[in-house]
Amino acid sequence: MAQKVAIVGTGQTDHKSHRPDVTGQEMIREAVDRALEDCGITIRDIDAIVIGNMDHFESINYVDNWSIEGSGGFMKPIMKVTTGGTTGASVAIAAYYHVASGMFDRVLAIGWEKNSESDTTGAIITCSDPIWDRFSYSGAIPSLATEATAYMKQYGATQEDAARVAVRDRNNALNNPHAHLQRPITLEDVMSSPMLAHPIKLLDVCPRTDGACAVVFAADGEAQRLAKKPAWIHASAVRHTYSWFGDSTDYDAGLVSLARASQEAYKKAGITDPSRELDVAELYLPYTYAGIKWIEDLKFCGRGEGAKFVREGNTNMDGMIPVNPSGGVISTNCIGATALLRVAEASIQVMGKGGKRQLPKVNKALATGFGGCFWSDVMILGAERS
Amino acid sequence: MTTERDYDKLLTVALDKAMPYDWSIGLHGSMFFQEIRENQRFVGIRCPQCKKVYVPPRRVCGPCYTEMDELVPLSDTGTLRAFSVVNYPFIDPNTGGQRPVPYTYGYIQMDGADNIFSHIINETDVSKIEVGMRLKAVFKPKEKMQGHITDIIHFDIIS
Repeated sequence: MAQKVAIVGTGQTDHKSHRPDVTGQEMIREAVDRALEDCGITIRDIDAIVIGNMDHFESINYVDNWSIEGSGGFMKPIMKVTTGGTTGASVAIAAYYHVASGMFDRVLAIGWEKNSESDTTGAIITCSDPIWDRFSYSGAIPSLATEATAYMKQYGATQEDAARVAVRDRNNALNNPHAHLQRPITLEDVMSSPMLAHPIKLLDVCPRTDGACAVVFAADGEAQRLAKKPAWIHASAVRHTYSWFGDSTDYDAGLVSLARASQEAYKKAGITDPSRELDVAELYLPYTYAGIKWIEDLKFCGRGEGAKFVREGNTNMDGMIPVNPSGGVISTNCIGATALLRVAEASIQVMGKGGKRQLPKVNKALATGFGGCFWSDVMILGAERS
Repeated sequence: MTTERDYDKLLTVALDKAMPYDWSIGLHGSMFFQEIRENQRFVGIRCPQCKKVYVPPRRVCGPCYTEMDELVPLSDTGTLRAFSVVNYPFIDPNTGGQRPVPYTYGYIQMDGADNIFSHIINETDVSKIEVGMRLKAVFKPKEKMQGHITDIIHFDIIS
């Protein structure tokens, strides 16, 4: 790689279900301002911008152009990247590519969404094939639910096993001042919440959030000047599967895109035993069943062992591999920003800026993005210059 | 159209008309619907490289990136691989209206196919549905078929 790259600053809005007090551009600016302030620079120091949100969501095209007052991109090189749920991680990875290429030294990655101004389910349905899949497809929840029913049948996992993931993430969110949902919940709360699409209940699934996130990537040399403890990018990987829902559903193989992307990233980062070598994981878990199933694809534990691994506390704040100190996607979901928040929160842990949600010692952190037709993005960050 | 919500001077702009689109079904997809209409059975297509049989048939095997041309006659029965009973209301972007709920979204492996066909299962009582159940397609009367996915009304559970 031509240049080593690190994250030197992050900014995010105080996420809410509805922000009628700001336009989308104004909301984006809040996150950008905080990110610039975090590393002590101004918009004049930014060489290029990568921005993204969900296609079709707010019914605004040319977001790269429309958002300039928010992004600060006037007369700067801007690229829009939009890859569904993975958008936030994709803008991060694209910003990383920008700097790593040697063509730019300070690049701003931005993800945002105003879910309150979008028809989230309707827009997501338009990602399915209009001839074959759209007629029966009903958005993110039931397509995830199918994966859950197949997994439960195969490994005997229960609704309670999944509910523990919501309890963990939602209670972690109490330590994150930016998190959207900040009410403590119990296993009983999850189990008694309304059934949206069997076996997914209201508290098993992410909310719809208004919010934005911005992250500053800087080149080796510049990074050490801008941050006391930069979060170095050790690896990134992207895997997209096929576009038909049925074709990407090889249940025996798990979430193949995440397994393949993480395998590549671990190899690049020299990680052989992820649950012991990683100090924290900020995972894009849009629903609770992912919290027991996808950690198997990440090789935190063996096939079919996810429920037990979570039940035994291994993913708690004091566990072997703490997952989602921020409260995760189940607590905050401004979709185009969601995966960028995973990258930002992972880097916050490496930089030691997590406040009440900070873990004691973080050398290596994992961030993931999930979206589209079971697609995955992965990024590994570390304290060591690499 | 501008609508005023309950927050005084803060306004929201909304569209109030659905927009029409048309999509080409293509040669293989059209053959699929013709076979449904003529013989009330499914047809798939086999990849010459990985040998996987896909239903509905399409021109290219995505993972192999290979053109396919060997059509494979299938039956009208299959096995339920995964499902969800959809309870929450939402707007269907294809119609602009509410999708009728509850309904059961099913991933069906048609006999003789290697991938999954998505459709609706004619049962919304979760206690009566299980992964692994046998299913059979129910078709519209021939004269009402339009070369559309709804020519298959739903799948009945047969065992």
